[in-house]
Amino acid sequence: MPRDVKLLSFSHRHLLGIEDLSPDDINLLLDLADTYVALNRRAEKKRDLLRGRTQINMFFESSTRTRTSFELAGKRLGADVINMAPSTSAIKKGETLVDTAATLNAMHPDLLIVRHPDSGAVKLLARSVRAAVINAGDGSHEHPTQALLDALTIRRRLGRLSGLTVAICGDIAHSRVARSNILLLNTMGARVRLVAPPTLLPPRVDRYGVEVHHDMTEGLKDADIVMMLRLQTERMQGSFVPSQREYFQFYGLTYEKIAHARSDALIMHPGPMNRGIEIDSEVADDINRSAILDQVEMGVAVRQACLELLTGNLDHPEHNQ
Amino acid sequence: MTPRLADISIKKRKAERTAYLDLRLIDPASRRDETGGILTDGETIVDLGPQVTHESIPPATTVIDARGLIAAPGLVDLRAHLREPGFEHQETIHTASRSAAVGGVTSIACMPTTRPTIDDVSLVHFIERRARETSLVKIHPVAAVTQGRKGTQLTELGLLGEAGALAFSDGPRPIMNANVLRRALSYGTVFDALIMHHAEDLDLTGDGVMNSGETATRLGLEGMAPEAETIMIARDIRLAEMTGGRLHFSSITTAESADLVRQARARGLPVSADTAPHYLVLNESAVGDYLTFTKVRPPLRCEEDRQALVAALAEGVIDAVVSAHEPRDQDSKRQPFAQAAFGIVGLETLLPLVLEIVASGRLGLVDALALVTCRPADLLGLKAGRLAVGGPADIVLIDPSMTWRIDNQAFQSKSKNSPFEGRTVTGRVVRTVVSGRTVMDIASTS
Repeated sequence: MPRDVKLLSFSHRHLLGIEDLSPDDINLLLDLADTYVALNRRAEKKRDLLRGRTQINMFFESSTRTRTSFELAGKRLGADVINMAPSTSAIKKGETLVDTAATLNAMHPDLLIVRHPDSGAVKLLARSVRAAVINAGDGSHEHPTQALLDALTIRRRLGRLSGLTVAICGDIAHSRVARSNILLLNTMGARVRLVAPPTLLPPRVDRYGVEVHHDMTEGLKDADIVMMLRLQTERMQGSFVPSQREYFQFYGLTYEKIAHARSDALIMHPGPMNRGIEIDSEVADDINRSAILDQVEMGVAVRQACLELLTGNLDHPEHNQ
Repeated sequence: MTPRLADISIKKRKAERTAYLDLRLIDPASRRDETGGILTDGETIVDLGPQVTHESIPPATTVIDARGLIAAPGLVDLRAHLREPGFEHQETIHTASRSAAVGGVTSIACMPTTRPTIDDVSLVHFIERRARETSLVKIHPVAAVTQGRKGTQLTELGLLGEAGALAFSDGPRPIMNANVLRRALSYGTVFDALIMHHAEDLDLTGDGVMNSGETATRLGLEGMAPEAETIMIARDIRLAEMTGGRLHFSSITTAESADLVRQARARGLPVSADTAPHYLVLNESAVGDYLTFTKVRPPLRCEEDRQALVAALAEGVIDAVVSAHEPRDQDSKRQPFAQAAFGIVGLETLLPLVLEIVASGRLGLVDALALVTCRPADLLGLKAGRLAVGGPADIVLIDPSMTWRIDNQAFQSKSKNSPFEGRTVTGRVVRTVVSGRTVMDIASTS
């Protein structure tokens, strides 16, 4: 398939959220990512598509796996990759964000990968830089590359996205992963169910074309995919749920609960996992059902695809000033 | 179209005898709506009505021929944050007064959201002195209900009132302790004090930054439930009933809040309420893509609430529309939404936005003007807000057909934080007269 035709059909300057993507955009990204999965399994993984390009990973919030994944993706494509972790005191003020953007701009990076604890912050930064920006997670808003890597994982295992029933379980209210996944799965024609206690659901979420369940066995019934979300420790101590023990009892994924899903249902988790809180260790490690390590592998490939497509657009003259 | 503002030295000059002729005179207090003229001498109105014509006026009178314009009382703003003392980089009494003059606001009740807060007689005197020295319009301080606006100990309501504080408010900080508000209302009855309260249960709003609802969910922002407002209003109405104190709700924003106020009134309680234009013409969807200029406390609500508020205005349940002028500098708004400051500047957009509601057919012009003139003046016990012989010559001339675009950079306010940038509105104040002196006019019309 002729590559340049594909590149031209991806019209976005930044990747800020799934909200902006059409089904064609998503298919294009996933198709391209597929080619990287194969490449990454070879001994010689390096390409030089991004040679001479500078990629800066700016993580205003700590992260190991996402940052490493982006770093690897950039390096395998030949970019010069720099990691910056602005100090927490600087972020607390927040006021440095627009200044930070101006400072970065002066260094002429081509790609900026940004994670920030505030919803909308990555968009704010993208408005004042010339580089292509990838949102690596902003507050409780979006984490588009996570949704894309989840979609790639599902597509490779089950061959499609449309028509599947996906149960997303856990702290939906504070989850950017949940928001991006709801948007992507709805766009691609999957059926989305949310399973959580009411305290962990955002207001009026029923208006987003999802089914809402408070009971895990009902929510998992005949599901093709069970996506577990991480519950932050500070939310387990009485403010949102009474205790870890109680949460695990009613919302932790166990063999008993997953028996209600389809017998070949796939288990996913964006990591890092809280074993014994949202997921039973045995379930997490079940190689027949758990796709958790696939997700990590797909992450690198999806991010390579994103970097390639956005860099392709960087060369268009209208984006060059 | 560029407003021309008077120099502050105008206050030292004698106000000339002036006739404003051939106007549509609207005085909401007396429901007057007729063609005629106004004659002012010194700082007061000396004649008013169809009998005031070119022929009738005495010699040596300055004549303002204003055919096609509406003459109304100068606007009375029940709530503006002027930021002086303490935050002069955002606004001063002087710059706010220029902003007010452009917006046709001739009297401002200014909030104690200053540093130090206005909780002491000396600060009331300070505001009055700064107003005398630097303001083109009339400024009336509102003092804090509690010391340092901390919600625990009452200020000297009686002494502050004697010094000139027209009302009491802790600004956008609710008095969470019901017993403190109870005592304020109860003790305040001795002085007939008006207690203005921002009704919000802070435990319920938590870290919320916008209305709790569909838009907040889409944007991944923490929501503030409308119930945080209504629960507090329900509590406060009980306290007003218990004490007989005069309670005023600052910026009610939900359908249910309006219902509660309506019911309290029906029971004969001394309860009043205001709201601001942004709650009447915008809803939460205006937040769009994290537009921090729409971040305001209480937050913009859903469309059903907006419509219910407009209906409550028409019905008379809401007593005043206020500017809620809250200047914020660029840096405090160029932030991720959760970090950005709350607040919208409003002095220059108050009237055109109220006229926008009139144009929608939901509210009559005279009733609309009452909400920004005599009704807030009555709450504050001011003689302003009406066109009456013997009353202050605070007058605005409005060109009701002038269509213009709101341009934040053209604001006289030091701060430009308005979500109405670029909005096309109809109706503009073309002359503002304070105590018989023109403090602002728009050149092409004089």
